[in-house]
Amino acid sequence: MTDPLVILSGVVKRFGDFTAVHRLDLEIAAGEFIAIMGPSGCGKTTTLRMIAGLEAPSEGEVRIGGRLMNDVPVHERDTPMVWQSLALFPFLNARENVEFGLRMRRIDAAERRRRAAEWLGRLEIGEFAERNVDTLSGGQRQRVALARSLVTEPQILLLDEPLSALDAHLVIRMQGVLTRLQRELGITFVYVTHSQSEAFAMANRIVIMSEGRVVQVGQPREIYRTPENRFVAEFVGRNNILAGTSRGDAIETPLGVFPAAGLPAAGNRATLVVAADLVEIGRTPSEGAIPCSLISEEFVGATVTLFLEAKDGTELKVQLPERALGDLDPHAGGDFHLSWPADAGHILVES
Amino acid sequence: MSARITTVVLLGWLLLVLVFIFAPIVAAVVFSFNSDRFPTIPLGSFTTHWYDTIFADAEIGEAARNSIIVSLSTSVIATMLGFATAYTDYRYSFRLKGPYLALILLPPTIPLIIMALAMLAWLSWIGASGQLWSIIIAHSVLTAPFAMAIIRLRLNQIDPNLEAAAWNLGSSEWRALRSVILPFCRPAIVSAACLTAAVSFDEFAVAWFVSGLNKTVPVIILEIVQGNIDPQVNAIGSLVFLTSITLVVLAQVFFISRIGRT
Repeated sequence: MTDPLVILSGVVKRFGDFTAVHRLDLEIAAGEFIAIMGPSGCGKTTTLRMIAGLEAPSEGEVRIGGRLMNDVPVHERDTPMVWQSLALFPFLNARENVEFGLRMRRIDAAERRRRAAEWLGRLEIGEFAERNVDTLSGGQRQRVALARSLVTEPQILLLDEPLSALDAHLVIRMQGVLTRLQRELGITFVYVTHSQSEAFAMANRIVIMSEGRVVQVGQPREIYRTPENRFVAEFVGRNNILAGTSRGDAIETPLGVFPAAGLPAAGNRATLVVAADLVEIGRTPSEGAIPCSLISEEFVGATVTLFLEAKDGTELKVQLPERALGDLDPHAGGDFHLSWPADAGHILVES
Repeated sequence: MSARITTVVLLGWLLLVLVFIFAPIVAAVVFSFNSDRFPTIPLGSFTTHWYDTIFADAEIGEAARNSIIVSLSTSVIATMLGFATAYTDYRYSFRLKGPYLALILLPPTIPLIIMALAMLAWLSWIGASGQLWSIIIAHSVLTAPFAMAIIRLRLNQIDPNLEAAAWNLGSSEWRALRSVILPFCRPAIVSAACLTAAVSFDEFAVAWFVSGLNKTVPVIILEIVQGNIDPQVNAIGSLVFLTSITLVVLAQVFFISRIGRT
């Protein structure tokens, strides 16, 4: 493994009395597509801005390619960013926007034109080169912003929620464009988002942040299936979270005793997490199944999420494919019975 | 039906207001082409005599030249000052920013005559009164707040990331100012330049106090009127009005057509 491209060590960012980022340590490998994800105000954008040099860390070091960057001004960093607002220059046309970075590097006009044309073509917006950016559609503007950032052939591209203003179908299209570009160019993408679907669809590795701290780092599947703490379990996916007490090889919760692996010594507190898509639902009672009544349902096409309530008031969620709904007929009311295989449960041990 | 009556009444009212504002100016223009010495009805015959005499008059020519120099210089200085203060306000936040902005916006709220007296006292104290550039200094102080207000309005519309995007793409702060902020503000800067030139070109009180022997057009108009009734003032007035209205319309064209968009 080569040296990481970006190293953040012990980075702290304070704004007055408010600490946006607490002691962040993060290494980003060359050629990696990494997503930094978390709710708004978790410090993800501040972290990205520190890599770009738009914010100076209050403490700690930022290194890019081995070089200490703390005192390197923004314009000497070569860390182009795709902004949430896109920040296209409204007084320039699409081609001039793309040429901007080359102009700042004092590359001659003919070469600028050639490279801008190449990138506009690559992003399939060559025909809009001379158009005012105000007259382009959201998707086209997005592509101009990408071309503008990539035309200088950087080692790293920073993306700050670039797809948040697009329509759902365009988001999917642009996700495809981004992953393909990243693979072809082999450069590092650092992608900040609050959207789980965007992060999971594109990133090789995901960093989850909450209140200025990294709470879990891992591959999308790891994050999804084995959350390391309650925050991740609640933020990612749809999980049923039951607090309880360890009995060694099973956990005792208000809803019953469930066998599980990875428990602490008997008597200690632990939390059982069961992903909603691993829960089985039926109409007939069975051994160990939890009787529940339906509260509401969420239908999003291919999948359906049912929200149910156990006798003691605990809310439980079940996610299943629409076609698996079969003769369950949620609208009919009445009781349902929930259960899950022993290996579906995942244990959180928190200090 | 009543809505229509309301519309008619309001339109009538608007027309009255416009007549009230423009009738005196129209009268001046009409009488400037009238052959009679006194502004009375019925009119005499059409003539361009009064225009011929003002163009032939060396003193009036001198005043026109002074006015043009003063208004162009004022326009450049005031617009630069206005841009600098508006940009400071946009870019930086600091303690005492409130008082800072209040101070900058203060001059137009001071009665002109007080301003003129104060300027005269100050400029003569530092030995700078009675010069052409005394008027330029005074007018720059007077008009810079207008320039600042217009440019500030434009800067309020900028995407706050635009300048940072330029840095991020390799511009130093100076280059970003030149290649992003200035082009973005261009319509407002042109507007501000037109408007400050127009205000300076018309301004009488301050110019009269600090000008000494360097008379500007408004000052010479007063001198002529004080002496006798002379239709030449109608001709001068018409030309001054034409100049000012052109500048103001230009300012509006740049302002409204561009500033509406982001």
